[in-house]
Amino acid sequence: MTQSEPIERALDYPMPPIDAIEPPPEWAELRQQCPVAHVRLPSGDQATLLTRYGDVRQLIADPRFGRTAEEEGGARIGAEGASTIFDRRDEPSPIPQSGAGHQRWRRMLTKWFTAKRMAALRPRIEAMASQLVDEMVAHGAPADLKAGLGYPLPVWVICDLLGVPDSDRDRFAYWSDTFLSLSRYQQAEIDAAQAELTAYMAGHVEAKRLAPGEDLLSDLITGADAAGAKLGTEALVATGKGLLIAGHETTTNMIGKMMAMLLSDRSAWEQLVADPALIRTAVEEILRYDANPGFGLTRYLTEDVELPSGVLPAGTTAVCSMAAANRDDGVFADAESLDLTRSPNVHITFGAGPKSCVGQSLARTELQVVLEVLVRRLPGLALAVPSARLRPVEGLLVGGLQEVPVVW
Amino acid sequence: MKIIVDQDKCVASGQCVTAADTVFDQRDEDGIVVLLTDNPSPELAADVHQAAAVCPALAIVVED
Ligand code: HEM
Ligand code: SF4
Repeated sequence: MTQSEPIERALDYPMPPIDAIEPPPEWAELRQQCPVAHVRLPSGDQATLLTRYGDVRQLIADPRFGRTAEEEGGARIGAEGASTIFDRRDEPSPIPQSGAGHQRWRRMLTKWFTAKRMAALRPRIEAMASQLVDEMVAHGAPADLKAGLGYPLPVWVICDLLGVPDSDRDRFAYWSDTFLSLSRYQQAEIDAAQAELTAYMAGHVEAKRLAPGEDLLSDLITGADAAGAKLGTEALVATGKGLLIAGHETTTNMIGKMMAMLLSDRSAWEQLVADPALIRTAVEEILRYDANPGFGLTRYLTEDVELPSGVLPAGTTAVCSMAAANRDDGVFADAESLDLTRSPNVHITFGAGPKSCVGQSLARTELQVVLEVLVRRLPGLALAVPSARLRPVEGLLVGGLQEVPVVW
Repeated sequence: MKIIVDQDKCVASGQCVTAADTVFDQRDEDGIVVLLTDNPSPELAADVHQAAAVCPALAIVVED
């Protein structure tokens, strides 16, 4: 499985998930024996899989390289016909994807995600989470924690951020679902949802232009980037859509996986109930420990790059498994065990460097608030089925569990 | 202890502020890091090292 071995021996990627807790055994094998591995993607295209922390962190943070889809010649992820949002080479993005332009775009957004903003937003997120937990409790146990809390909360938060009225939250949730749960929808449904969301966003941007509010989109409309340039309508629409796509399914799935990790061995949950001050470090450890991360990040190499494990030649499509890297025992002591007190926790679940997650402070806040509310309201929470029966989602890009049935 | 931050590398994650809010702050206009003091008192050393470790952009360097 080294660079020089024949292509027929390539491993299929992504590896099939095992369950809510156990990572695929290949992660550890590859990290130890084959840190630069040939893999075959669902499209049939070849790529190079990286699993060690040092390699993954260096490459995803390298400003020279972009996500594959922008580059002609990069490997495609999806199987024939199943295009994914990352495979759309036909539509050039109105948002700069790298370099100084990308940084200026990001920096128009980032004031909405500062530590101070998060502190100010926290009570609203708490109120949303409490409302959702109330509704779940009113329906009675057992309940699917993912459907009742994990799914709506992030989309409510993003709607709030974008100034989208509460009455449109459900449509947003549906549109978002069609983009990432590719296997569950027909191509025609996905295309229709794309078109509807684009039309909605365009209308929303026009409405905000006429009557700006206290939200991120209004701020982008009235403001300008550090070079004094304003975002055009297309870029505004793409930014609104991008925040929904980047911030919904990822956070939804992480909430479900988080609760499965904490409840599968209830001692972790009991530790949090006994000491809620651990919630911050617990969330970081859960982000690190994710065994169902989805695809990872791709980088298309436009020139040779020297990594700790060797040189990758120009033309390579590298697939970076942050989740495998997060269990590298050269970096994390006792990497295979869940330690809710681990600190500092240098996991790279949100990426690293100039393209790393814009919404990471928000995602952290949402995950922390979910735990605060559940520890307080439902300390007796338990899985309603053995954790081995929690089924991983079939989607290709974002990993998660289909349902997280609980009692309390 | 001496701290150096690289504002060009910073991605505005706010992780440093969470770790040591008397040492790091973020600009109102874009969330980029600002150093409140480049030579904080020694009892803050652990928090400052924590901030440097968890910075997703490796934009904080601490010299003891
Ligand atoms: C647990 C939840 C989340 C996870 C695991 C996650 C993960 C990631 C990762 C790994 C990247 C880096 C992509 C790369 O380097 O190519 C990314 C980018 C991004 N994320 Fe998140 N994310 C989460 C939640 C959010 C939220 C809540 C938002 C905002 C509402 C958000 C907005 C973004 C944006 C806009 C980017 C693109 C950044 C850029 O291109 O510079 N994410 N996310
Ligand atoms: S932790 Fe790093 S990237 Fe985040 S705000 Fe501080 S300096 Fe910037």
